[in-house]
Amino acid sequence: MAFIDYYKIMGVAKTATEKDIKTAYRKLARKYHPDVNPNSKDAEKKFKEINEANEVLSDPENRKKYDKYGENWKHGEQYESAQQQQQQSQSNQQGFSNDDYSDFFESMFGGGRGNSRQSQHAKFKGQDYNSQLHLELKDVYTAQQQVLTVNGKKIRLTIPAGVENGQVIKIKDKGESGINGGPNGDLYIQFVIDNHTQFKREGNNLYLTIDLDLYTAILGGEIEVATFDSKVKLKIKPETKNGLKVKLKGKGFPIYKNDGQFGDLFITFKIDSPTNLSEKEIALFKELQKIRTS
Amino acid sequence: MIPEHLISTQTLCTHYNIEISFVDSLNTMGLIQIEIIEQNHFIHIDHIGNLEKIIRLHNELNVNLEGIDVVMNLLEKEQALRNELIAVKNRLRLYEND
Repeated sequence: MAFIDYYKIMGVAKTATEKDIKTAYRKLARKYHPDVNPNSKDAEKKFKEINEANEVLSDPENRKKYDKYGENWKHGEQYESAQQQQQQSQSNQQGFSNDDYSDFFESMFGGGRGNSRQSQHAKFKGQDYNSQLHLELKDVYTAQQQVLTVNGKKIRLTIPAGVENGQVIKIKDKGESGINGGPNGDLYIQFVIDNHTQFKREGNNLYLTIDLDLYTAILGGEIEVATFDSKVKLKIKPETKNGLKVKLKGKGFPIYKNDGQFGDLFITFKIDSPTNLSEKEIALFKELQKIRTS
Repeated sequence: MIPEHLISTQTLCTHYNIEISFVDSLNTMGLIQIEIIEQNHFIHIDHIGNLEKIIRLHNELNVNLEGIDVVMNLLEKEQALRNELIAVKNRLRLYEND
């Protein structure tokens, strides 16, 4: 474990009074408390560091030890331990038990016992967990079952069709276990949806641009268009313009938690002009041009 | 018969070790909603998370009720902005690869 400068974390000098430390702790706690920084892992980490620093520095005895060993606290611990064993073997009347010793170091160096004996009986809600789940757009077109492993626990999850990119769902009680019988924390899952399809999605609607050959655009006809899960035949009106948008009602994306309801599919036609024309084609186009301009 | 989704404020006060007057003040300020059935006060189970957050802000950060009101409003605004940002990012993805 690397040395942690608790004074630096608290932003106080080594000569700081108890009051200075208390003030610094309150100020930093207000800034980095997880409740005022939701979804921020950095703030959560910082808050843990601040708490650890406060646990050591706010207790005069812990602080004294920390000041004594400083950077070499690890060796200090070994030294103290060896000395303690020696004292124990020499006399059992010293009144300094191993339990006291390890309590002190656990609380001093983040063992998690806390600095308050009354906290041992208080009930606390377990920490909430935040997690991200990466899915493909085609995966969320239909509802599906997933088994997630969060901190060694397997969680069965039904993902309703139509979840959005960035959407967060809460799974109650699946966070960290409560302390002293307190309620469990919750699990928050954010969906990150990658789209590798030709469709673009906005809410429940899908957008698709398709190439339309010049002749069908001018003369009209029938084409086959791929929707997200099937194909439909589409009538093209004569003289269809480039960029024309057509709405296919109910052919979009499933509406979240509304079974059987879908958004719309918007198709934009992009007219594909012919290239590599033959001489005959050029001549015919010229003739058409003449007719058009005369 | 008390519905299962309601928890009495008395139970909550014992569980979280808070004064009933604190819960009443939160209700007066509109920070929580209390439902009254046959003169007994209850809180909806869905609002317990919010109450826990308020208790933490009050006990751990020494924020007074007015401060909590400000914090909760700002957090609500932040969440709304966060959601809006996600919606805008999703919209932007429509044009990114054009």
